Amino acid sequence: MALQSLDIARRSATTTDSPSVRQTTEVAKLIDVTTCIGCKACQAACMEWNDIRDEVGSNSGIYDNPRDLSAESWTVMRYSEVEEAGKLEWLIRKDGCMHCADPGCLKACPAPGAIVQYANGIVDFHEENCIGCGYCITGCPFNVPRISKKDNKAYKCTLCSDRVAVGQEPACIKACPTGALQFGSKQQMKDYAEERIVDLKERGFKDAGLYDPQGVGGTHVMYVLHHADRPQLYNNLPENPSISPMVALWKGVAKPLATLALAGIAFSSLFHYVIKGPNEVSKELEDELEEEDAS
Amino acid sequence: MEVTRRQFFKVCAAGMGGSSVALMGFSPTNALAEVRTYKLARATETRNTCPYCSVSCGILMYSLGDKAKNAKAEIIHIEGDPDHPINRGTLCPKGAALLDFVHSPNRLRHPEVREAGSNEWKRISWDEAFSRVAKLMKEDRDANFIARNADGATVNRWLSTGFLAASASSNESGYITHKFVRSLGAVAFDNQARV
Repeated sequence: MALQSLDIARRSATTTDSPSVRQTTEVAKLIDVTTCIGCKACQAACMEWNDIRDEVGSNSGIYDNPRDLSAESWTVMRYSEVEEAGKLEWLIRKDGCMHCADPGCLKACPAPGAIVQYANGIVDFHEENCIGCGYCITGCPFNVPRISKKDNKAYKCTLCSDRVAVGQEPACIKACPTGALQFGSKQQMKDYAEERIVDLKERGFKDAGLYDPQGVGGTHVMYVLHHADRPQLYNNLPENPSISPMVALWKGVAKPLATLALAGIAFSSLFHYVIKGPNEVSKELEDELEEEDAS
Repeated sequence: MEVTRRQFFKVCAAGMGGSSVALMGFSPTNALAEVRTYKLARATETRNTCPYCSVSCGILMYSLGDKAKNAKAEIIHIEGDPDHPINRGTLCPKGAALLDFVHSPNRLRHPEVREAGSNEWKRISWDEAFSRVAKLMKEDRDANFIARNADGATVNRWLSTGFLAASASSNESGYITHKFVRSLGAVAFDNQARV
């Protein structure tokens, strides 16, 4: 018996292993940017399901609205106008958490259990345990988590873990009227992407391909891109995302060393206190000093 | 190493204090993690049609309570109806945001009238609204109905009033509305609220 509806595979700042006997289906979301019309139904559905309402912003002259991800906007559409072979292309990408197989946020997080990865691949934040340090933002190769100004806790897309836990698809996927968003097992999504890529290649997009970056162990949110050779066209989608080496350094080698140093200091101060005790001034010295003061 | 009686007591007290604080629940325990509880588990599900455009997508409305006598229903969530043949669960951004449309403070909740020359909307009852509309329609029709054209052919036209009906009507209610409006002779008639 597990204590939760989705088995937890990994927890932030925890060294003990999670129970790992039960194998659940690895899920994934596929974003086919080639069939997206940028209607933002996914954005609206996300706000509605997750009970989040961002502040009404201002028009910045482009379609991007809200302008960026925030603690209340877990997914945003990013519109890029690109000229390709003398033709204008409007590349629309749904941005949000990629649910990496090897999540940088989870690795960087110092709060036990604030970031977990479920056995089905979803990476979820548990704000109850979040200390608001913002290391998850540093650790994320896609710059996704955002700290709320209201409660100083980090928020991001949950892949609707509450819906997936009861066997439903995430809210954005259900809403998508063009079928650009698909949800299923990771393998199914890869198979479907393969079909789409064959179709796109027939239509002249010779560089069409799947975006499932291996630098973060693959992702549970994948893209079908017409220009898979240049993902940076899609509002700077990183070509080879990887977790910053600093995260590996301070969470890897540096962590046990620092713990050892801290424990050393604590132990030696206790040792010093027990042997030496507090610094005591002898009666003679005290009298001497008082005399000096008096004179 | 020399430990005085006093030092020994101090170390013991510190140890006792620390473990007591931990026992009282101040210890940094392993936090349990759980997905957010499914918010619709026992909510009442009601089928309806999206009120916006004439595509008429099927929607599922979820309300608080299980229809018990003492529970007042309040819509808490709306999403597409996967069994509806038109949209099969999908919705457009307006449809996906229906919850805020339902709860909008700007929503019209009762019939209102703005009298000629007035700049204020006045609340009236449904009975008042219906009889007033019917009276005005009859007056206008009696005055402007064209039974025959210049050539003497029967045309039965009523050109001075138009009729606007709901977009999300079923085929059946659309048929009845059509029959009603055309039998009055009205020509200007739209059953599409547009997008």
